[in-house]
This record gives sequence, C-alpha cells and structure tokens, in this order.
Amino acid sequence: MSKITFPKGGIHPPENKITEHLPIETMPIPDEVAILLSQHLGAPAKPIVAKGDKVLVGTLIGEAQGFISANIHSSVSGTVVKIDEIPDANGYPKTAVVIKVEGDEWEPSCDLSSELKKECPLSPSDIIEKIKQAGIVGMGGAGFPTHVKLMIPEGKSVDTLIINAAECEPYLTADHRLLLERTEELLVGVSILKKALSVDRAVIGIESNKPDAIKKLSETALEYEGIEIKELKTKYPQGAEKQLIKAVTGREVPSGRLPLDVGCVVINAGTAHAVYRAVQKNIPLIERVVTVTGKALKKPANLMVRTGTPVSVVVDYAGGLPDDICKVISGGPMMGKAMPNLDSTITKTTSGILVITGKEAIRPEPTACIRCAKCVSVCPMGLEPYLLEKLTENKLWDKAEEKAITDCVECGSCSYICPAARPLLDNIRYGKSTVMMIKRKRSAK
Amino acid sequence: MNKLTVSLSPHAKAPIDTQKVMLAVILALMPSFIASLYFFGVRAFIVTAVSVVAAVLTEYLITTILLKRKNTTSDLSAVVAGLLLAYNVPSSIPLWQIASGAVFAMGIAKLAFGGLGNNPFNPALAGRAFMLVSFPQQMTTWPQPVVTKMMLNPDALTAATPLGILKEHIKAGETIQQFSNKLPDYWHMFIGNIGGSLGETSALAILIGGLFLLLIRVISWRIPFFYLAGLVSITGIFYLIDPTRYADPLFHLLAGGVLLGAFFMATDLVTSPMSPAGQIIYALGGGILAALIRLFGSYPEGCSYSILIMNAFVPLIDRALPPSRFGKEASRA
Repeated sequence: MSKITFPKGGIHPPENKITEHLPIETMPIPDEVAILLSQHLGAPAKPIVAKGDKVLVGTLIGEAQGFISANIHSSVSGTVVKIDEIPDANGYPKTAVVIKVEGDEWEPSCDLSSELKKECPLSPSDIIEKIKQAGIVGMGGAGFPTHVKLMIPEGKSVDTLIINAAECEPYLTADHRLLLERTEELLVGVSILKKALSVDRAVIGIESNKPDAIKKLSETALEYEGIEIKELKTKYPQGAEKQLIKAVTGREVPSGRLPLDVGCVVINAGTAHAVYRAVQKNIPLIERVVTVTGKALKKPANLMVRTGTPVSVVVDYAGGLPDDICKVISGGPMMGKAMPNLDSTITKTTSGILVITGKEAIRPEPTACIRCAKCVSVCPMGLEPYLLEKLTENKLWDKAEEKAITDCVECGSCSYICPAARPLLDNIRYGKSTVMMIKRKRSAK
Repeated sequence: MNKLTVSLSPHAKAPIDTQKVMLAVILALMPSFIASLYFFGVRAFIVTAVSVVAAVLTEYLITTILLKRKNTTSDLSAVVAGLLLAYNVPSSIPLWQIASGAVFAMGIAKLAFGGLGNNPFNPALAGRAFMLVSFPQQMTTWPQPVVTKMMLNPDALTAATPLGILKEHIKAGETIQQFSNKLPDYWHMFIGNIGGSLGETSALAILIGGLFLLLIRVISWRIPFFYLAGLVSITGIFYLIDPTRYADPLFHLLAGGVLLGAFFMATDLVTSPMSPAGQIIYALGGGILAALIRLFGSYPEGCSYSILIMNAFVPLIDRALPPSRFGKEASRA
C-alpha cells in the first residue's frame, strides 16, 4: 500500500531522530521553577497567588482571562517566591510565577495511581469543562486552548477527529515515545475527545518513520471503537494542519478558512494524552515530554519535565552546552524558535530543546536568486516564495495580498531548499504580518 | 556566556548552494566536452578554454573594477556560460571571435541586466546570436569531424551539417529520397560524427549529461520533454503530410542543436518559468518554434532563436500561469 500524504510540495530534511529509542525519563524536579502565565495563544492568565503563598502540584495559580485563554497550575509544591518577568522562548519578557520547590506534594484530587481508567461516563459538556479547568492547550507548538477547539460553533458540524501524530519536525521524538509508551492512555484520551465532539470517527495520522509506534498503536486500537491509524509518508510539513487533513481525508481546507469548515478537528497526540490525564485522573497540564537533543549533546533524552523548569537546567541535565558556537532552539529545526539565552522555562508547548553547533548554527550568506524554482516546487500551499519575498522587499502589499501571502503556514521549506540561501521566510513573515494588519484595519472600517 | 546565535526559523538548510548547482551543470557538460575533443580534437579544447576564460574574466573585471561589487565568479555561472557558448560554435571559429562572443554574453546579456538571476536572456545563446550576425561566415563553416582532429586550422576541410544539407537540397527542389545518400546515417548522428557546433553533435553525450541533471533534480523533466515533444509533433505532422519534402522527427531530434538546447539551454534556471504549467507552455512553445524555423525559416537551424524568443515571454508566462494554490479551488466552491 502506498503511504498517504499531501499532494503539493514538501521536503525531506535529514530526520536526525537520535533520541527515538530512548524511553521517556522523568527529569528531577528543579530547586525553583518559573511558570509563565502565558503558555497559550490569547490573553495571559491572571495570577491568583501572591508572594509567600504555599502551593501544591496541581494548584491553580493563574486563571484564564478571556475566551481564548487557559488556566495555569503549579507544577511543583512549595512557596511562591515572587511574581516577576522572565524571557519567554522569543526573548520577550513575560510574567511568571516563581516557586521555590519544597518536596513533591500533589493536590489531593489528583489520582496518581497507575491504573488505566477506560470508562468515561461524563457528558460532552462536562468533558469540555474538565479540559478547560485543567488548562489544556495544543501541545504541538501553537498552544491553542483545547476546550475552545472542542466547542463547535452554531451552524458548523464535525464528523472527523484527526489526531496529529505526524511529528514531522526533524530531531523531535516526544510524541513518538508517548505514542509507544502511553499507548492505552492516549487511545482513551482519543475516545474521550471523540465523545466530547460527538463524532464516530477518529484518525491518528502518523509518519512511517515510527514503525514501532505504528505497530503498537494499530494493535491496541483494535480494542477501541472508531479509531483508525493511518500511516503517512515521511515528509515535512506533514503535521501542518491543512496538509494533515488533506492527507488523511482528502479534503482541502479553503484558503483563509479553518479545519471546521471541512468537518475536521485536529488535536495533537500529546494533547490527547493530556486530556486522558485531566479527565480520568484529574491531573492538570503541569508536565510534558520534552526531547532534549542535538548531535553535540552528551546525553540527549526524552524527558518528562515539569512546566516552569528553566531551559538551562534541562540543557545541563543533557550534559550542558558544547563550547562550539551554537544555537539553542525551542522546538524543532524547521519551526522552532532560537532562544537568545537559556533563561526561559519549559511551557506546555515546548516539544523539544535542540542544540545545534558550529557551522550549522550560522546561516549561510544570501546570494542572488537564480530563479531555480525550488521554492515554488516545495511550497505546500502552492505559493511563490521568491515572488512574495520580492513583493515584501518592495512593499507591494496589495500584490502580496493578491498572491495569498497570508496563506503561508511558515513551514520554512522555501528557506530550507533555497540554493542562494535567500531569507525567504523572514521576508514573507514580515509581509504576511503587514498584510494581515492592513486587512484588519480594512475590516474594522 | 552568551554566544548564542539567534535567527528566525528554519534553522536547517539543505546542503545545496548556487556553486554546487553550477558545478553539477559543469559536470553534466563534460561528456559533451569529451565528445567534442574526440570529434574535433585539440581545436575544441582551445576554443572552449578561450570562451571560458574570456567569460570568467569579463565577469570578474566588470563586477570588481567597473561596478566595484563583490567578485561573484566563484558561483561558477560564468564558467557554465563560457562552456555553453563554446558548445554553440564550430571548432574552426577564430579565437578572437569566440572571445568577443563571451565578452558580449557576460557583459551585455548578463551583467548589464544586473548579473546572475536578472538576465532575461540566456547569456550563451545571446552571445551566439551576436556572433552569428557579426561573423556569419565563420559561424557557419563546419570542419569535418575526426578528419580535422589534429589540425589547428581545420576550416580547410569542411562538412555541411545534416540540417544544412537538407535545407540546400530541398531548396533546389529535390526530394529527400534523391539526396538521402548525402545525409549521414542516424548512428553517426547519434554518436556525433557529423558536422556541427562543438557540443551539439553527439546526442549520446548530451543525453548522458542531461539524464544526470534530471536524476539529481537540478533541472525538471518538463522542459526537455515538452521542448522535444513540441519539435517532434510539428516535424512529425509535416513528415506525415509529405515525407518527400520533410525529414522525419527522429532526424530532427538528432540533427543540429535541439538536444543541447532542450537539456542545457531551455532549462537555464534563470531564464525559464517557475511554475510547472509555465514550464510546459514555455518548452512546448520553444519546441514548436524550433520546428517552424527549421521547416520554413531561412536558417537551417532554429534552436537558439526558439529559446531566445521564449525567454522573452517568461515574465508574461510567470504572471499568467502561477502554481496552483492549495485551497484556492476549494474556496471558490
């Protein structure tokens, strides 16, 4: 059987999954954590603790503010030292609750037993409420609050739940290990999500470079009703929402529309696992699997890390930064963010910490575009990156809008492939955000 | 401690650059170079060397001295242009003429337009067109292959090109059957033992290099395929109408420069369209034009002009035929 994939564009960078066979290891709890109040899209949560307060693991410390926001819970037990600004992965100062760790005492409501709890008698709305309370957000990177995704607006209907287990980013293996090691929990999570959405069909899309996980999932999923496993060709960006929907269902999300418009909801595999923990075990989202990786690291690993753990602590645990000039990335090499320092902390959306060294860490100098058309052929959205770059440079915003610059999913395939090392995506990002601002102003009129 | 590099994503880069792309093209041109040495001997080497050196030197002097820019010759694009220009001239060409062609190709066709990536026309073909109007006699005198191998002044022994023979006799009112004994057989045309420009006579050598470029994906299959398809279909139609006046498509494939043009000139990255649909239209148009010029034009060969003409349409084609967008059709429905 030929493996399914999206039809247009895409690249296949070296996979570098050096941690794929390393079981998830529990990272020791650090002495102090700094839990960001903004670990999701939308408004930051409002802190509801003060300096000196005692908190337990799972204690609510930040309340969601506004529609697209999520609750924040303490990932450790101890005393709130201060509420202060720390840099996030982009280097922007963001408010965080700093907690000095004392022991490891959990909220009594959390069920820490290892027993698998399969049945879920809750109603869809109760499930969504529990997910909301637990502060669950999309763990693939964007951090969209999951409960918002599950509330289907009036007039829309959903028939398919898609679980994004592609993990198409090179290096990252967090989802892979979770799929393999927590298979049953994850499948129960998928069943719960199915129930919350009232759909009969869930499809788990997973790339062919995880054969062990595919085998385990396929065998185990037989016991669950309405969950299919679909093996996808290993191709980046297979895990991009629109590309995944196209690969799995053949449906094409129209330009400027959402998965809902074609009857799909896409949830990340790690998120489905967090849903299980929240709904069946009352455990809010306070830890996640983080792949700490890089060829120059002494001890790459898949780590279960508490949110708020400083990146520097995680890097030290993996053997520390190599001397060679280097780049530390939150996420994978294709879409991750290069961090200016190691002062930020692990959030709900940190899928990996990637250390790259030497020449690889520095971008080659751009040369003239030779019109080789590689960027056009790899763009999964069928755009013309070379042209969008030029239009942005010349500030031709109308033309850029007409050429659908806002359709760009920022996958970076164009910059990756460009023989002239043009900063295509850098320019397109600037153009995209400018065009989006112009569009907003126009519709506000 | 802070020595971290910060940049926007992506943080990975495919291990290709312009220099490697050009190096691949140079490698792909080597079989033809070897064939030209075999058929035209030492003179082929000298002409090629002069062309390449003149091209590189022109680019170097213009960029560094005249424009005070960075020296860009290390991207090897000037080497490619020099090689291709040499492949488009007879081995007997006077050296100052090939040198002037190379200077025109780089100075006017390429650098005057802004250098690599900005030239609308293929520099080598523009150089050839310049030479054809400036030195019509020397550009259409073809030394006999193999026989002239060791000669430094080979234009004493000339051989017409297959297309030249065809044109001349058809003009004289003969049918192909009457003069077919004067045409070389297909095997000689395939391996390159015929009169013609340095790099165009050996179909075999061009195909080896062309297939290499296809395999490593420096060029797309669409342009050579549709260029040749355009040529074959038009010459095929006329062959079917009157085989006494029109040569068969296989003859047209093997004669003259269409194979070199299809694999190495029409596929020039800079001067060909970006989208798959655009590449098909451009190549098909080029192939049809080449056939029409050969059949009805005053020159026996039409390859260079067919590509130069289509080069002029590339901006229009790029605008008219963008790639198909994801979700565009769906958003109309």
